[in-house]
Amino acid sequence: MTSTGVSLRRIEPAGVLAVAAREWTVFCYFWRNQTFAAVVEPIVNLLAFGFGFGALVSKIAGIPYIQFVGTGVVATSVLFSAVFSGMFDSLYKRRYQRIYDALLAAPVDVEEIVTGEVLFLGTRAGIYGIAPLIVAFFFGLTPTPAMLLVPFISILTGIGFAAFGMLFAALASRFDDFNYVISGLITPLFLLAGAFFPLNQLPEWLRVAAQLNPLYHCIELVRHCAFGLQPGADLIHLGALAVFALLAWAAAVWRTRARLID
Amino acid sequence: MSSHGFNPIRSEEGHDVVAISLRGVVKRFSSVVAVDGLDLDVPVGTCFGLLGPNGAGKSTTMRMLTGQAIADAGSLEVLGFRLPEQSKPARLRMGVCPQESNLDVDLRVRDVLDTFARLYRVPSARRPVAVDQALALARLTDRARDRAVTLSGGMQRRLLIARALIHDPDLVLLDEPTVGLDPQVRQQIWSLILALRERGATVLMSTHYIEEAERLADRVAIMSKGRVVAEGSPAELIAEYAGREVIDVEGSQTQLTDLRSRADAAGILTRPSGPSLTYLHADQDGDRRLPAGRRRVATLEDVFVALTGEYVE
Repeated sequence: MTSTGVSLRRIEPAGVLAVAAREWTVFCYFWRNQTFAAVVEPIVNLLAFGFGFGALVSKIAGIPYIQFVGTGVVATSVLFSAVFSGMFDSLYKRRYQRIYDALLAAPVDVEEIVTGEVLFLGTRAGIYGIAPLIVAFFFGLTPTPAMLLVPFISILTGIGFAAFGMLFAALASRFDDFNYVISGLITPLFLLAGAFFPLNQLPEWLRVAAQLNPLYHCIELVRHCAFGLQPGADLIHLGALAVFALLAWAAAVWRTRARLID
Repeated sequence: MSSHGFNPIRSEEGHDVVAISLRGVVKRFSSVVAVDGLDLDVPVGTCFGLLGPNGAGKSTTMRMLTGQAIADAGSLEVLGFRLPEQSKPARLRMGVCPQESNLDVDLRVRDVLDTFARLYRVPSARRPVAVDQALALARLTDRARDRAVTLSGGMQRRLLIARALIHDPDLVLLDEPTVGLDPQVRQQIWSLILALRERGATVLMSTHYIEEAERLADRVAIMSKGRVVAEGSPAELIAEYAGREVIDVEGSQTQLTDLRSRADAAGILTRPSGPSLTYLHADQDGDRRLPAGRRRVATLEDVFVALTGEYVE
């Protein structure tokens, strides 16, 4: 009787803003612990890898190792903040709190729920992602005008991974199901993105596979902002991130609709 | 309501007279038919009770009215909007209180209401007033700054109803509004529903509590196995299906089974009633020579059990 597909016509700014405003209200209650975890963990990663491996590897491609990691950890910080919020928060709200049922009884459609949530979570993750970059400044990373683009890159990446998380939340029936996703997908994405070591050390097939990793494109863009833009390549990286965000959003809407609408 | 292109049923004065209209609605879940050719009209300004045992299809019907379940067949119209295509504008003018709590329990009571005022597009300048009014209606003004999780079960249910009323809706759907609540809290919720009736809102309330339907509803539809098996005011239903008086006859299970077989053979309507058998339409017994027993006024419960074969609370 009605389309079950994804439709942009169902999206009204007022609905999206109302959903995002609800996220903001909830965030105002829990911002301290959420921000602590999202900011401190990547900084610990940065310092541990930077000082640990930095003692063994002083420079990569002429870049001091701690600065190489500092620019890479921006993306991994965004990944974890966005994807885990998308996964765990969304499953909790759907299965245990049943907030989505409450939202859908109001004049809000699934498209607006997913859009409002991924915009909020993605923006938040993108802002959190700047923290390791700021820390890297204290280790000699030189600020450049192009770095002003980093928040936009990390927000776009965050939106994609928040939608990616919501997709898995819609596919999962319980929290334990996330073990498959975390071990089988998130960890390889995290490790095979070039955050901690250059991908040219990897076998050819892994280098090709890494091109499909959205995190790799985010890291490349952030590094180019820090160490020199490459307009042609950067447009491709940006396009890859945009396509990833769009596909992840559409898939999240599709599966969330299947879960919420009988 | 003419701008959306549909033609709701209207009185000669041009007012909508039917808030909800369902025709031949079917909803299946795999091989289970939850709603089976449901026809229903809910007049504007009435408190309409959807009475039925668990599994009768009441909650599925409620979910179809909010677009959260899509009918496999039939037509649904709410406030003149055809569902599911125009579900969103219909929901804008509807308030919904679900059977199971789906509150943002970590938020403060005021924030719960403010969040939903925004979702229901209440203009920002009016939101504080709307929240205050909803708090007053639910008698939660003094708990406005407390987190919802700290409220008692009854208060949380009142907050759910207040949340449904935050935008002053034309139609309120209450799905089992007092299920699981103790009698005192149930009375509080009933007062709230009566206040809603006095405000002129249309209320569709599903319940499996006979007393609730009898006390609150102007009209009642009894559902069984996904269909409406009877509809009317409680008085009309009692008069039609149970008469003015009934007789409860007690006896052993064997005796009651025998009595029921004989009544069935003679075309006399009865219904089981725990340790007794109830003879319906006892005031019209004439020369039917009903057995001796306790004569009493017929109730909606007699109608419900006779029509659904289910016991009730």
